[in-house]
Amino acid sequence: MKSLISIGDFSKEEILHILEVAKEFEKNRVQKILEGKVIASLFFEPSTRTRLSFETAVNRLGAKVIGFSDASNTSVSKGETLKDTIRMVTNYVDMIIMRHPLEGSSRYASEVATVPVVNAGDGANQHPSQTLLDLYSIMQTQGHLDGITINMVGDLKYGRTTHSLLQAMSHFNAKFIFTAPEELRMPQEYKDFLDSKGIEYIETTSLDDHLRDCDILYMTRVQQERFTDPMEYEKVKDCYRLEASMLDGVRDNMKILHPLPRVNEIDQDVDDTKYAYYFKQAENGLYVRMAIISYLLGYR
Amino acid sequence: MVNISDKELTVSAIKNGTVLDHIPADKVYRALELLGLTEIDNQITIGINLRSKGLGSKGIIKIADKFFDQDALNRLALIAPQCTVNIIRDYKVAEKHKIGMPEEIIGMEKCMNPKCVTNHQPIKTRFSVIQKDGHTGLLCHYCEKITNLK
Repeated sequence: MKSLISIGDFSKEEILHILEVAKEFEKNRVQKILEGKVIASLFFEPSTRTRLSFETAVNRLGAKVIGFSDASNTSVSKGETLKDTIRMVTNYVDMIIMRHPLEGSSRYASEVATVPVVNAGDGANQHPSQTLLDLYSIMQTQGHLDGITINMVGDLKYGRTTHSLLQAMSHFNAKFIFTAPEELRMPQEYKDFLDSKGIEYIETTSLDDHLRDCDILYMTRVQQERFTDPMEYEKVKDCYRLEASMLDGVRDNMKILHPLPRVNEIDQDVDDTKYAYYFKQAENGLYVRMAIISYLLGYR
Repeated sequence: MVNISDKELTVSAIKNGTVLDHIPADKVYRALELLGLTEIDNQITIGINLRSKGLGSKGIIKIADKFFDQDALNRLALIAPQCTVNIIRDYKVAEKHKIGMPEEIIGMEKCMNPKCVTNHQPIKTRFSVIQKDGHTGLLCHYCEKITNLK
């Protein structure tokens, strides 16, 4: 029985397999291969995009969803431990999809559960389905994953999506540009990881510096909820703002990705350019999540 | 009566118990705490800043009538991996071994990440021990963050 808790749980071959299966689901969105299955969607903290995307994926695969989107209406509010909640739910379902604010909660749930667990985000730690949909989006826009230059912009300190994407892309000989203010630079442990693999990266504080040197511009939001010091957030919240006028001279194949929701970091005038891909990227989440669920349940 | 050399007399001998040798001199007090030796009645002899070829300056702790389980020695290994454990029976060294660094630590030390699930739910902590730049760190099995040891 396999769960998906961290992107590191999947080998390069498994990642490529998921992306291939996702392609099939994109061609044919309704494949009721999981008819009769019940899947729990346990969202202990709010999330619109991830929850709706996972639940749509379950429905399109023909399975039924049970669960909650707000833990305040459950026994958790009465003090029930995570262990007891998972032990109870695992008896009812074939798979658990879980988002929880505590880091490591999904790993723990996977040790308690007797069915596969999919981590739909555990605090600032991991969000592997987002990483897989990012990879899928890169593959779909570039035609391949090898040797891509990715410029990651914004909150590289707390942004889990950039950390996981970096880990996953290390399989594919990527090059990285890290564009972040001093306060939100890529943590040393991830740079050490790249060094250990001999992967090139450069760091800059200016968005304009390397805008024309990348295949993927991966924009991120500065997430207020990750800051413990409100003053630190105020200093950096509007550090970068991408506008259509800044895109002159970028590579023709360049695409802009963003895990969404965006706030001010991408101006709406970028949406109509051929470089904007973030809404299609969010749509890709559906196919990738269908692929993850069917793979973990042994159907693909 | 046992034949005691001048060298061994630097810190007095014990009849039965454990001698923890080659502890870095600045880690002796921490070792006492980690092993819970500040709260027991056994006779304990402590030597600090003793000369050592390997460490330059070392510490030694002799505890009468006390033997440690592997969990306790793993705890000590986190701060003094080069420590030597001597089991003493009737004034003689009955067993002697280096403790070495364990690969995994379970149920000891707290994760430094305040948002780690182990700090909010009744869960035993679990870490992989990693070495980096001469320092020992604990990689949390759950939240994947590294706790640096003092």
